Amino acid sequence: MPEFSFLFGQFLGGLTAAMFLFLIASGLSLIFGVLRVLNFAHGSFYMVGAYLAWQLVRWTQPAPEAFWIAALGAALGVALLGGIIERLLLRYLYDREELYQLLFTYALVLIIADAAKVLWGTQQLSVSRPPSLAGSLQLFGVTVPHYNLCIMLLGPMIAFGFWLVLQRTALGRIVRAAALDRETLGTLGANVGWVYTGMFMAGSFLAGLGGALVTPVKSIVPGMDVEIIVEAFIVVVIGGLGSFWGTFLGAVIYGQVLAFGILIFPRFSIFAVSTLMAVILILRPWGLLGRPIR
Amino acid sequence: MLEVRGLGKAFNGFRAINGVSLTVARGEIAAVIGPNGAGKSTLFNLITGHLQPDEGQILLEGRDITGAAPHRICRMGVGRSFQRTNIFAKLTVFENIQAAFIAHRGRGRDFWTRSSTLYRDETEALLVSLGIRDTADTIGGLLSHGNQKQVELGIALACDPEILLLDEPTAGMSAAETRESIRLLERIAAERSLTLLFTEHDMQVVFSIAQRIAVLHQGRLIAEGSAEAVQQDEQVRRVYLGERH
Amino acid sequence: MSRRIPWALVVFLVAFWVPFLGSRFYTFVATDIAILALFAMSLNLLLGYTSLVSFGHAAYFGIGAYTCALLMKSLGAPFLPSLMAGGLTAAGFALVFGFFCVRLTKIYFAMLTLAVAQIVWAICFKWNDVTGGEQGLPSVPYPDLAWMGSLPILENLRLGDLFYIVVILIVLLGIAALRRIVDSPFGRILTVIRDNPERAQFVGVNVRLYQLAAFVVAGFFAGISGALFGIFNRGVFPDFIYWTKSAEPLIMTILGGMGSFWGPAVGAFALVVLNQQVTSYTEYWPFVMGAILILLLYVFPGGIVGTIETALTPARPDSSGATPAASQQADRGA
Repeated sequence: MPEFSFLFGQFLGGLTAAMFLFLIASGLSLIFGVLRVLNFAHGSFYMVGAYLAWQLVRWTQPAPEAFWIAALGAALGVALLGGIIERLLLRYLYDREELYQLLFTYALVLIIADAAKVLWGTQQLSVSRPPSLAGSLQLFGVTVPHYNLCIMLLGPMIAFGFWLVLQRTALGRIVRAAALDRETLGTLGANVGWVYTGMFMAGSFLAGLGGALVTPVKSIVPGMDVEIIVEAFIVVVIGGLGSFWGTFLGAVIYGQVLAFGILIFPRFSIFAVSTLMAVILILRPWGLLGRPIR
Repeated sequence: MLEVRGLGKAFNGFRAINGVSLTVARGEIAAVIGPNGAGKSTLFNLITGHLQPDEGQILLEGRDITGAAPHRICRMGVGRSFQRTNIFAKLTVFENIQAAFIAHRGRGRDFWTRSSTLYRDETEALLVSLGIRDTADTIGGLLSHGNQKQVELGIALACDPEILLLDEPTAGMSAAETRESIRLLERIAAERSLTLLFTEHDMQVVFSIAQRIAVLHQGRLIAEGSAEAVQQDEQVRRVYLGERH
Repeated sequence: MSRRIPWALVVFLVAFWVPFLGSRFYTFVATDIAILALFAMSLNLLLGYTSLVSFGHAAYFGIGAYTCALLMKSLGAPFLPSLMAGGLTAAGFALVFGFFCVRLTKIYFAMLTLAVAQIVWAICFKWNDVTGGEQGLPSVPYPDLAWMGSLPILENLRLGDLFYIVVILIVLLGIAALRRIVDSPFGRILTVIRDNPERAQFVGVNVRLYQLAAFVVAGFFAGISGALFGIFNRGVFPDFIYWTKSAEPLIMTILGGMGSFWGPAVGAFALVVLNQQVTSYTEYWPFVMGAILILLLYVFPGGIVGTIETALTPARPDSSGATPAASQQADRGA
C-alpha cells in the first residue's frame, strides 16, 4: 500500500489537471449548449491562447507580473479570433446539416495548426511562472506549487462566474432562450445573431485562457491542440453535453481516473481517454448530468 | 380489431394521455376528435410504437403490441399517415411508392437485383387508383401539399395495412380538396376492407364518414360512441362543439 | 430507359494503360489513387447513402491492413486469401463496433466512431508482440506475381506495374460490387433511411439493422483497401488508424461530391494529385487541405461532380418551377 503522501500527491495532480480541463471544457460545453456546434477547433484555440501568452510575455518583459496581463490578453485575443470566425464564416452553416459544421471546425484545426507552425515554429516553448506564485508549500508531505493551487481555485471560480451570469442575469436569460428556441427569440426582437457570436467568443475566451494559464505547467508544442480536444470531449461527454456542472463533474472524474489509472495499469493513459468515452457513449450517452436522449 | 386499454403517458409530469380506452372494430371508420393539445397525436404515436406508454395496453387483433418497435407494428398491418406530411422528399412520387413496396415486401436482403425494376406494375396500379399517376416523375418535395398527402396515403397503402391511422388527413386542404380526399378515402377503405381510425379538426368531415367517434380532452376520453350519441353528449358540446359553432 | 454504360469497365480499360506510359511515378500515384478511391467509396456508402457520419473509418482500413500483412508476412499465406481475410476481419469488427455505434444518433454516433477508432489505434500502437507496436509491420511481402509476366501484354512490366494491374482489377471489382449494392433494394432502403428515417420505420424498415448492415459492408471494403495499401506501402503502421487519417476519405468524398456514386473516386484522384503538387512546394499540406475544405463547404457543396452536374443540367420542367439548384439537391436521391 503506497504511502498516503504519494496518494495525496496523485490526487492533487488529478485535481489540477481536472481544473485546467474544466476551464477549457466548459467553453466547449457552453458553445455546444447554445450553438449546438461541436467545435473541434476548441483545442486549436487553446493552443493559440498558449502561443499568444508566450508572445505577450516576451513583448512585455521584463515587467514582473506581466504574466497575468499576458494571460488576459491572450484570452481576449482568442475571443476576438473566435468572434471573427463566427461572424464571417460559421454563422452561415447553422442551418445546414451538422456534418458541415463538424467539417468546418475540422478544417479550422488544420489551418490553425499550420498557421501556428509558421508563426512560432515547431520547437517547444515555455513560460515561467509569475514570481508571485513561484513558490510552493508542503501539504501532507507533498510539495504543492503555489501556482497549481491558484489554478485549482481560479479555474472553477472563473467558470462559476460564467455560470452565474448565465443563470442569474437578464443577459443570461436571453442566451438560454437562444439555446432553446432560436426562431422564437428572434421574433421577440432579440438579436439572436449577436447572442450566438457572443457565446462563441465567450467559449473561445475560456479556451484561450486555459491555454495561457497552462503555459507555466506544460510546454507549448505542436500537437497540443489534438491532445486537449480529445480530453475535453471526454470530459464533456462524461458530464453530459451542454450541462455545466456535468462538465465539472466529468473533469474531476477524468482527472482522478487518469491519476490513479496509471498506477494500476501503466499503459493505461493511452487507452484511458478513448475507452472511457466509448464506455459512456455505450452505456449512457447523455452523460451523468445531461438530459436523456432515448 | 384495435383495442386500447387504460393508456397513460406523461412528459415530465405533464399527463398527455390519462387512462384512455377505446375499441375499433374491424371494418369500422372511427375518428378521434378533440381540441388542440388534447393528445390526439400522442395517442397515435403510442399506438404505432413511436412512443412508449407509461401504463396501459394496446392490442391489435388480440395481440399485445404495447411498446413494440414501430417497424414491427407496421409489419403487423398498421398503416399510418403523419400530421406533417412525411414522405421521401428527395425521391420521385413513383420511387416513393416503389420504395414502400420494396421495404414492405421484405426485399431489403436483396443485394443484387436492380431495385428500379421491382414492383413497377403494382406501383403504377396504386398511383392510378389514387389519381396521381401524372405526377409520377415529380420529386416528392416539390409537390403541392394535397398531392403530398396523397403520396403519403399511397406509401401507407403499399404496406398492405389492415388498419389505417390517419393523423389529420385533410389538414391544410381547401373545401374542394377535402371533399375529394374523403371520397378517395371512403372508396379505398371499401375496396380494401380497411379499418380506419383518424383524427380531425374538420367536424363536417368527421360527421360525414365516421361511424364511431371518440372525444379526447386534456388527455382523457370524455365521450365515445356513434356520431349521433356524441353530438348529443352534454360534456362534448360544452367542451368542444360549443366553442366551434 | 437509357443504356447503362458499364463505367467500371471503361475506367479499367483506361487505367490499364498507365504502366505503359513507362513512368514509375505515374504507376505509383495511380496505385495510390485507386486504393484510396475504394476506401473513400466505402465511406460514402455510410456518408452519402445512409447519412451516417463516421469519423473512425480508418480503423477498418487499418484492421484490414494489419490482418493481411500479418497473414502474408508471419504465416506466409498467399495473397488472395489474405486479402479476403483482411476484408472479412474488418467487417467482423465493424459488426461488433457498429452494433454499439448505430444505437446513437448524429453527433454521438460520430463521437463513438471516433473513440472506437482511437482505441483500435491505441491497441495497435501498444501491442508490440502482434502488431509491432509503434514500429508497425515493415517489409510486407509482395504477392507472387511472376506468373503474370508470362502473359503476352504484360511481359515487359516491372513488379510495381504488375501489382498496379492487380490493384485496379480488385478495386474496380469492388466498385462494381458497390454499384450493384447501391442499386439494389438494400441500397434503395438505405437512401430511404437517409431521406426520412421516421417514415422508413413506418414502412416496416428496421432502421438500426440496415444502418448496421451498411456499416459492415463499408467496413469490408475499407478492409480490402487497407490490405492493398499495406502491401503497396511495403509496411503497415499505426498511423493508418489515427483519427486525422479518417479525415482523408471524408475530404475526398466531399471534394468529389457525396451525392454521386463516382464522387469519392474523383475526389481521391483530385486530392492525391493536389497532394503531390502541393507537397513539392510547401510542407503546409494540412493548411491547404483545410482551405480546400472550407472552399467546398461554402462555395462548392456538391463537390466536383456536383458542380459539374449543376452546370450541365438545365432547369427541370415541373409543376412548381423550382430552381435548378433546388432540383439538383433533390436529385441526390437517385
